[in-house]
Amino acid sequence: MNTDKLKQDRQEEQDKRKILSVCICVHLWTKKMVFNNRLFFVLLSFVLSGCRGSQSALDSAGVQSARLENLWWLFFFVCGAIYLIVMAVLLAAFFRSRREQKRANSETQPDVMPNPEREKRLGNIVKGAVAVTIIVLFVFMIASFRTGRAVNSLREAEQPLVIKVTGHQWWWEIEYQDRIPSNNISMANEIHIPVGRPVKFELQSTDVIHSFWVPNLHGKKDLIPGYKTTFVFQADKPGTFWGQCAEFCGHQHAKMRFIVVAESPEDFNNWVVAQRQSSVQPATNLQKRGQEVFLTTTCAQCHTIQGTPAYGRVGPNLTHIASRSYIAAGSLPNTKGHLGGWISDPQKIKPGVRMPMNSYSSEDLQALLEYLQTLK
Amino acid sequence: MKRISKILILSLSAFTFLFVSCEREERGFRVEPPSAGRIESKQLTPLQAGVPTANPPVHNEYEENAYAMAEGKRLFSYMNCVGCHAHGGGAIGPPLMDAKWIYGGQPEQVFATIVEGRPNGMPSFRGKLPDYQIWQLAAYVRSMSGQVPFDAAPARNDDMKAKPPENSIEEAKPIKNMPRIP
Ligand code: HEC
Ligand code: HEC
Ligand SMILES: [Cu+2]
Repeated sequence: MNTDKLKQDRQEEQDKRKILSVCICVHLWTKKMVFNNRLFFVLLSFVLSGCRGSQSALDSAGVQSARLENLWWLFFFVCGAIYLIVMAVLLAAFFRSRREQKRANSETQPDVMPNPEREKRLGNIVKGAVAVTIIVLFVFMIASFRTGRAVNSLREAEQPLVIKVTGHQWWWEIEYQDRIPSNNISMANEIHIPVGRPVKFELQSTDVIHSFWVPNLHGKKDLIPGYKTTFVFQADKPGTFWGQCAEFCGHQHAKMRFIVVAESPEDFNNWVVAQRQSSVQPATNLQKRGQEVFLTTTCAQCHTIQGTPAYGRVGPNLTHIASRSYIAAGSLPNTKGHLGGWISDPQKIKPGVRMPMNSYSSEDLQALLEYLQTLK
Repeated sequence: MKRISKILILSLSAFTFLFVSCEREERGFRVEPPSAGRIESKQLTPLQAGVPTANPPVHNEYEENAYAMAEGKRLFSYMNCVGCHAHGGGAIGPPLMDAKWIYGGQPEQVFATIVEGRPNGMPSFRGKLPDYQIWQLAAYVRSMSGQVPFDAAPARNDDMKAKPPENSIEEAKPIKNMPRIP
């Protein structure tokens, strides 16, 4: 009998100690996380820096994203206010109960005394809170429903600008479709759109599911293999905005980015005219050698340069590669040095990418770069 | 003491189980299979001057690696091998999923076929693909006739299903009693 009691006590003692040590660990850990590690401040600056810029849903540049932004702020303010109220009530309850307890002790009264009037008042407050919760949820539901409707009902223009976007692991193929096929344009990782005109996107994928997301202009839309999804949006402000694949799609998902350049209709038309041209023919001997290197080694198996016999469809169309701001799906700015690094060892820049390394002699590489740089 | 050794044995065997499939999934983005060096001086006839010397068979490590064979499978479409060989069943080019080989079905022979090309219409890919991709293709070609370990062969297609997955294909054997059409 006695030993049983002892055992039980010891067990309890041990349990208490375990709980205590866990508590201490958690306490130390959070303290360290929050104050010593500067993580707190890093997080804070992250939170604050996310609001503006060329890849932010809170810096809208079109009607639809403006709607989404409004909805976001509505949720933010209402939820923030509710959070503050709940915290205030919690603190009030905490201090009040202490005060009352003190008073009760001094007058040697029992801790809890039934007080029907007070009970009723508190009951009404709870009922009111339930009603407010339901109303707030309904307001949210209606607001998000209305936003969804508004975002999806952007009227298509009479002759919409149609852009076909095909997701590849890990780059974006962009095709502008014209009624006359020879006017089609094939781009990669860079979309130009005229300001103020709705653009219809047709999204497809060749391998796995990707997701098309330009936060400043619209929400996300998935690209699904074997199934075409469409999506209309419009930019109201000129600017360059970052887009990003938003559905994990393999090794280089993070480096599957693109830019959207929204520009005035005149600039857009000039761009279209330039992109419709065939590639620039090499002028100097070095450039001619560069073209020869391109056509006679691996490159032509995978890449197209219009106006040459290279018509591979595995990688991006390089007819106007020098006109792009970035290469390799937003991984690197398009400079000669980066281009050279990419061609020599793409596996270093994007491990697993579907372009093999190349080992050229330095003369051949220079010639190749010289040639690629002329493809404006 | 007994208990400790029991635990040791158990954890050791658990560890071996953990690491047993590592090589299958290893992803070498910049490597050649080590034992498959250049074989461009491959002997194409069994006839030999003087005393015959044995040619050690080339071992293609990619045949034990799921990633490399999946890459080979992708290249088989990218490089339009499917245009002439279909998905292994053959068209202009001979079928690659049977046990009949015109130019030999050993890894180094398939490699040589792809690099050199063959006279009746098989184009040469010399200089058009890096060697390691040709080794990946060679491994995939052999998986189509079930000549690679089944636990590394591609398990499914990402697109249309034209035939059973390569890891459930039995090794192709010559057909003995071919029915005759009189
Ligand atoms: C096996 C196919 C293949 C071969 C061979 C190949 N590439 Fe590529 N290349 C690709 C793919 C796929 C991409 C897209 C990579 C990505 O961003 O994920 C690419 C991207 C590029 C880009 C960046 C294009 C852009 O707009 O982002 C350049 C430039 C390029 N390749 C040049 C070359 C040159 C020069 C050669 C020959 C030395 C070559 N490639 C050989 C498949 C290939
Ligand atoms: C233009 C059509 C064509 C293309 C493209 C093509 N092949 Fe062939 N292939 C053929 C023909 C035809 C033969 C038979 C050649 C002969 O009998 O001389 C052949 C033979 C072969 C053989 C030898 C078969 C045997 O029985 O020995 C292999 C292996 C092979 N091809 C693999 C490939 C691979 C891998 C690719 C892609 C990288 C490819 N082929 C692309 C037409 C093609
Ligand atoms: Cu992705």
